[in-house]
Amino acid sequence: MAADHRSQGIAILYLLSVTVFFSIGGLYATLIRLELLTPKGDLFQPDTYNRLFTMHGVMMIFFFLIPAVPAVIGNFILPLMLGAKDVAFPKLNLASWYLYMIGATFTLYSLVHGGVDTGWTFYTPLSTTHSNTYTTATALGIFVNGFSGIFTGVNFIVTIHRMRAPGLTWFRLPLFVWASYATSLIQVLATPVLAITLVLLFLERTFGIGFFNPAVGGDPILFQHLFWFYSHPAVYIMILPSLGVISEIIAAFTRKPIFGYKFVAFSSIAIAVFGFLVWGHHMFVSGESPYAAMVFSALTMLVAVPSAVKVFNWMATLYRGSIEYSTPMFYALGFIGLFVIGGLTGLMLGTLGIDIHVHDTYFVVAHFHYIMVGGALMAYLWALHFWWPKITGRLYSGFWSHLSALLVFVGFNLTFFPQFILGYLGMPRRYHAYPPEFQVLHVLSTAGASVLALGYIVPLIYFLWSLKYGAYAGRNPWGAVGLEWETTSPPPVHNFEVMPTVDHEAYEHRVPPVAEQEPYRVVKYGL
Amino acid sequence: MSEAASAHHRTDLAHHFESYEQQKQSSLLGMWVFLAQEIMFFAGLFVCYVVYRHMHPAAFAFGSQHLDWRLGALNTGVLILSSFTMVVAVVGAQTGRRKMIVCGLILTLLFGAVFLGVKVVEYGAKWQHHLVPGPHFEWHGDPAAGRAVQMFFAMYFVMTGMHALHMVVGMGIMLVMIPLAWGGRWTRENHNFVEGFGLYWHFVDLVWIFLFPFLYLLGLAGSGVHG
Amino acid sequence: MKLFDFPFFPETASTTAGSVDALFFFALAVSALFSLLIAAFIFIFFVKYRRQHAGDVGHAIHGSLVLEIVWSVIPLAISLVLFGWGAKVFLEVSTPPKDAREYYVTGKQWMWKIQHPEGNREINELHVPIGVAIKMIMTSEDVIHSFYIPAFRIKQDVLPGRYTSVWFEATKLGTFHLFCAEYCGVEHSQMIGKVVVMAPEDYQIWLAGGVAKSPVAAGEELFSQYACNTCHLDSREGRGPWLGGIAGTPVALVGGGKAVRDDNYLRESIMLPNNKIVDGYQPLMPTFQGQISEEGVLQLISYIKSLDGAGAAERARTDSR
Repeated sequence: MAADHRSQGIAILYLLSVTVFFSIGGLYATLIRLELLTPKGDLFQPDTYNRLFTMHGVMMIFFFLIPAVPAVIGNFILPLMLGAKDVAFPKLNLASWYLYMIGATFTLYSLVHGGVDTGWTFYTPLSTTHSNTYTTATALGIFVNGFSGIFTGVNFIVTIHRMRAPGLTWFRLPLFVWASYATSLIQVLATPVLAITLVLLFLERTFGIGFFNPAVGGDPILFQHLFWFYSHPAVYIMILPSLGVISEIIAAFTRKPIFGYKFVAFSSIAIAVFGFLVWGHHMFVSGESPYAAMVFSALTMLVAVPSAVKVFNWMATLYRGSIEYSTPMFYALGFIGLFVIGGLTGLMLGTLGIDIHVHDTYFVVAHFHYIMVGGALMAYLWALHFWWPKITGRLYSGFWSHLSALLVFVGFNLTFFPQFILGYLGMPRRYHAYPPEFQVLHVLSTAGASVLALGYIVPLIYFLWSLKYGAYAGRNPWGAVGLEWETTSPPPVHNFEVMPTVDHEAYEHRVPPVAEQEPYRVVKYGL
Repeated sequence: MSEAASAHHRTDLAHHFESYEQQKQSSLLGMWVFLAQEIMFFAGLFVCYVVYRHMHPAAFAFGSQHLDWRLGALNTGVLILSSFTMVVAVVGAQTGRRKMIVCGLILTLLFGAVFLGVKVVEYGAKWQHHLVPGPHFEWHGDPAAGRAVQMFFAMYFVMTGMHALHMVVGMGIMLVMIPLAWGGRWTRENHNFVEGFGLYWHFVDLVWIFLFPFLYLLGLAGSGVHG
Repeated sequence: MKLFDFPFFPETASTTAGSVDALFFFALAVSALFSLLIAAFIFIFFVKYRRQHAGDVGHAIHGSLVLEIVWSVIPLAISLVLFGWGAKVFLEVSTPPKDAREYYVTGKQWMWKIQHPEGNREINELHVPIGVAIKMIMTSEDVIHSFYIPAFRIKQDVLPGRYTSVWFEATKLGTFHLFCAEYCGVEHSQMIGKVVVMAPEDYQIWLAGGVAKSPVAAGEELFSQYACNTCHLDSREGRGPWLGGIAGTPVALVGGGKAVRDDNYLRESIMLPNNKIVDGYQPLMPTFQGQISEEGVLQLISYIKSLDGAGAAERARTDSR
C-alpha cells in the first residue's frame, strides 16, 4: 500500500499514522493529568513533566490535528465529492505522506532521547540558548512535516479548481469542499512562515547566529511574531475542515440543504482571510505596543463573526428538518455546543482587559482544548463515524457508538470546564506543582480525563470489530445526498464506475431518498 | 520516430485526468500555488530584514558597505540572462524543438553556475575577513556600526543562502532535464514540466532582484549613520 | 470567594481588579446567554423535528438574507462593545499614575529579585504598602519570564535586553500569590512568591528592618566606578551629553531622527551605545554589555533619573574627576 498513490490508499496510511501519534500524545496527556492530581510535583521530575507537555503539544498539533481531517477524510472523500478519479497530483500526495513519516521519524528520534522541554511554542531565548534538549531534531521534524501539509494544500487547491465533475459549479459544491479549500489556502500560505522561523531557530541554536539575541541587536519578540503568524492561522487549519464536516452531517441527518449555503461557504473563506490578521492576540502581554494590541483585539472580534454565522445557519437548518438520531448527529450537536463555548471564551481572550489576567493560565488551556478537542477532534471522530461505511463498506454498532458519544461529551466537559475556573483563579500553565487550594479542581479535571479516555478507546474497539464482523453497508446507508454516496462502499479503484455529471444543487434531498437498508440497530430512547 | 511519438502521446496523459488540457491547467496551477508558498517563505526573511534595518539603521548601512555591489550587479545580470535562456528552453518545448530546449537548459545551467561561483568568491572573502556571524565574528570596520552589524551579516547570509539553495535545487533538476529533453520527452502537446520549471526559475530570479538592492545598494547612498 | 472549601473566584485586591472583573462578568453573561439560547434552540428543534417515518425529508429552506444580516450584525456589535470596553480597561491597567513609586524587578531562572526604591531587596517576596501606586520596572537576566499577581489582575512579560513595566495599587491587606507566567525552564513552577500588602506604618517598620542602600546611591557608585562621569560632565562640555533632567524627554539624534529618553533608551545607550547617538556628539561611548549586571544597570538608571537638570547640587557633591 505504501507504493500505491491512489488517494484512498494514502488516506488509510494517514489514518493509521495519525492514530499512532494521537495515542502517544494521549498517553502523555494521561501522565500530565496524573501528575496534576496532587499539588506537589511528586510523580515526575520537573524536567520530565516539561518534556511531557511539550511533546504532547507537538504530537497533537503537528502530527495529529493538522493532518487529521484534511489528510485522512479529505484524501478519501474530497475526490469522491468532486466526482474525480483522484487528486490532481497523486504522486505528490504520496510524497506528502512520506514527508509526514520522515518528520515523524525525526520527532520520534527526539522523543526517544528524551524529547524537548521548551513548550511547543519554542519561545526564544529559552529554545535557542537555554535548552539542552533535542530541539533541533524536533524542529527539523516539524519543518519536514510542514511540507507534507503544504503539498496536501497545493493538491487540494488544484483538485478543487480543475477536477470537478461536469455540472458541478462552485455553488453546487458540498460545504466540506469549501472548508477544505479555505484550509488549503492557509496551509499553503502560512506554513512556509513556520518553516523559515524554524530555520532561523536552527541556525541560532546550531551556529550561534543571534537572530533573536538582544546582545547583537536581535529581538526575541520577533520570534513570537513570526511563530504566531503561522500558528494562529494553523488553528484555523485544525478547525475549518471540522466545520465543513459538521455541515455535511447536519445536511445528511436533517435531509435538507444547509440554511444559508453561500453564507456558510463564504464564512470559511472569511475565517481563512481574517485568521491571518490576528496573530498578535497571543502577544498582548509580551511587550508589543498597546496600539498594536488594540488593533489585534479589534480584528480578533471580526474573526468571531463568520464562526457565529455558521452556528446560526446550522441551527436554522435543524428547523423543519427531518432529524435522525444517528451517532454522527449526536456528535455534531455536541460539537456545536462545545464549539460555541470554545469560541465565546476565545472572544473573552481577545478582549484586552480580560486577557491580561488570564493569558498563560489554565483559562487559555481550557479555551483551546474546547476548540481542538471539543471541536476539531470530535468532528474528526464524527467524520469517521459518518464516512466509515463508505470507506470500509461496513457498519458499526449503534449502541456502542451512541454510548461513546456520551462518554466523550461528559468526560470532555468534566475535564476542561474546571480549567476555566482554575485559570481565572490564576493557576498558570505549564506548572507541574501548584498551590494546594487548586487541587479540588485539578482532581475533577483528571477524573473527567479518565472518562474521556474511555470514550476514545471504545470506538477503537468497535471500529476494528466492524472491519471483520460489521454488517455490509450499501451505497448510501444514511440516505444522504452527495456524489460520494452514488458510488459503491468501498469505492472502486477509480472512485466511480461511470464518471458522474451533476445537474442539481447541493443537498437536494429528493423524495423518496435512496435508502437501501436500515443502517444499524438504532437505540430508540423512547422519543 | 513518428510511431514512437504517437505511442508516446497515449501514455503521457495521467490516468486520473480526463484530457491533456485538464492535465496542463492543473500542472500550471499547481506550480503557481507552490510559488505562492515560496513567496511566503522568503517574505518571512524580508520581514526580519525590514524590522532589523529599522531598529539598527547604522549597523545595516555600514554592513552593506562591506559588500561588493559590483559583484552583486554582475550576479543580477547573470541571473536575468539565465531567465532569458530559460524562456528559450520553454519556447523550444512549446514549439516541439528538442535542440532548443536542450540549448536553453544548458545555457541556463551555465549562467547559474557563474552566479554560484561568484557567490562562492563572496562567501570566501567574508570568511577570511571574519564576517561570518557566530562566535568567530570580528568587526574591523568603523566602530560606529555597533554590535548589531553582525545582524546585517546574519541576514545577508541566510537570505542569499536560502536563495542559493533554491538555485542549487533548480540546477539539479536541470541536470536531469537535459538528457530527458534530448531523448524527446517533451512535445508540443505535453511540456508541462518545462513550463512549470520555467516559472520556478523566474521566481528564483525575481527573489534575487529584490535581494540585490536591499542588501548591496543600501550603503551606497551617503554616509553610514542614518535616521 | 470560597465555595465548598476551595476557592472559586480570586481575591479582588487592587484598584483595577474590579474593572477587570466587571468586564469579565459582562462577557460571561453574554456568553452564557448565547450558549443557553443556542442550546435551547438545538434541543427544541432536535426533539420537535425528529424523523417520524423512514422516507421523510426535511423542508428545503435555502436561506434568508434578513436573518443573515441580523445574526451577523448583532454578534459584531456585541463583540465590538467587548473590544471597546476591553481596550478601556486595558489602558487603565497599562497606564501608571505619574506619581507611582518605582520598584525594580529582575527575573532570572528561577527567582524574582526585587529592589525597593528605599533600597531594601527581596527575593521572591514583595512587601508593599496598601493604597500606594507602585510601578514595577522589570527585566530578565536570561529568558522570558512573566510577572503575574492574580489578585491584582496584572501580568507583564519580563524580557531580556529590555524593560517592561506594570503597575498596581493594592486595596486589601493580606498575602497574595506571585507567579511566573511564562514558561522559563525546569523550575518554572517554583518561580513563585508572595506579595504582602501592609498598612503604611507596618511597611515603614518592615523597611527599617532591612539593610538599605538605595538604588540611587548604588547607581551613583557605579557611575563613578565605570567612569561614566569622565564623559558625561555636568559642565556640558564633556564628550557625552549631561544626563540631568533628561528622563522621559525627547532628544534629536545624529542623522535626523528623534528618540524619547525613557528607561529602555537609557538601557540601550549603555548596552548598544551606537544605535542612537545624540545630535552633536561623536560615537565614542564603549559598550558595557557583559560588564554591568542587569541590577547594576537598573541602579544606574535610577541614579540618572535622580539627577536634576540644573546640576548645581550635583556639581557640589561630585568631585571624582
